[in-house]
Amino acid sequence: MSALVHPALSGADLLGLFGHFLVLSLLAIGGAITTAPDMHRYVVAEHHWISDAQFSASIAIAQAAPGPNVLFVAVIGWNVAGPVGALATMAGTMLPSTALTLIATRWGQRRRDTRFVRAFKTGLTPLTIGLLVATGWLLARPYVDLSARGVGAIVLIGVSIALMLRTRVSPMWLVGLGAVVGALGWA
Amino acid sequence: MTVPAGEVGERDADGTVARPGPTSTSDLFFTFNRLALQGFGGVLAVAQRELVERKGWLSREEFVEMLALSQVLPGPNVVNLGLMLGDRFFGVKGALAAVAGMLAVPLVIVLVLTAAYAEFSRVAAVSGALRGMGAVAAGLIIATAIRLMTTLGSNRLGPPLATAFAFFTFVTIVWLRWPLLWVVAGLGTTAVAIAYARTP
Repeated sequence: MSALVHPALSGADLLGLFGHFLVLSLLAIGGAITTAPDMHRYVVAEHHWISDAQFSASIAIAQAAPGPNVLFVAVIGWNVAGPVGALATMAGTMLPSTALTLIATRWGQRRRDTRFVRAFKTGLTPLTIGLLVATGWLLARPYVDLSARGVGAIVLIGVSIALMLRTRVSPMWLVGLGAVVGALGWA
Repeated sequence: MTVPAGEVGERDADGTVARPGPTSTSDLFFTFNRLALQGFGGVLAVAQRELVERKGWLSREEFVEMLALSQVLPGPNVVNLGLMLGDRFFGVKGALAAVAGMLAVPLVIVLVLTAAYAEFSRVAAVSGALRGMGAVAAGLIIATAIRLMTTLGSNRLGPPLATAFAFFTFVTIVWLRWPLLWVVAGLGTTAVAIAYARTP
């Protein structure tokens, strides 16, 4: 027996898991993370396959690890049912959105000089920037408060922004700095 | 004409920039693999730096346009961005190469970490390190947003209106907590309609 015990999921459960993520994929406007509340409802509240704490840790681990944040979906699947679970959630999340993006890109690329496509891009660009600031804000908020660690976190975030804008240092070193500062209990 | 600071490429006589592109699908695979492995706390900040500032495959404007589309389309944003960029240069093969490069190795790493975290989550230094990395990741996203704000100046909506749309997007998401679908349907449609009226 491995140390990692997963609840035994029937074939029908796995199919349901795959199907649910398949549908969420097409609703994931603004990124996979926007469907996290509904994933939580399905795997934690409705089916009790994993705990609340396991769900939150899944997202935190995917954020700390290198790679796209969408990998939190694979971590949730792994925590639910091991490798098969990771395959079910990851394939469900990737397939529909990938197909749709390829079709839409080609459609847009063929018409890129038309008035509508140009207006579409011009109009949505400011929203993109607002959304990026919002994402940064929402990610930062859990770390920021008036305790000593909270103030440390504010300084850490400020230093990261300044170094990223003023120097060409790789973001990897900044994340390493964050790990050290955090491990010492300063942030 | 000179190329804006921090960008690669040279302008032709008509002012357009001749940009280098990926040389092959394996160039795409390894470029995206490289940027994904540097992307702690998300890949977007590194993608902007690698694809625009270092490789020069996209201008800042092209990057932000592609990002806008990948945000409106369902699915993970950087994955959609990789699909679009790969498809532009090498068709479906390029799209799959970019996404495979971005996901394959990080997927293995994150699953190994998941198994390890189950063992070490009670160690204060480990959960503290996770906290510190999360805070830096947030800072990197904010820095990327600040850098891309320069594109608001050349937006056809005009800088004041473009800035207002960016600001209201932030407000509706963070303070009013609207679902993204509403924001895109409401603010997005308005912005596109105004842009359409102002596009020759």
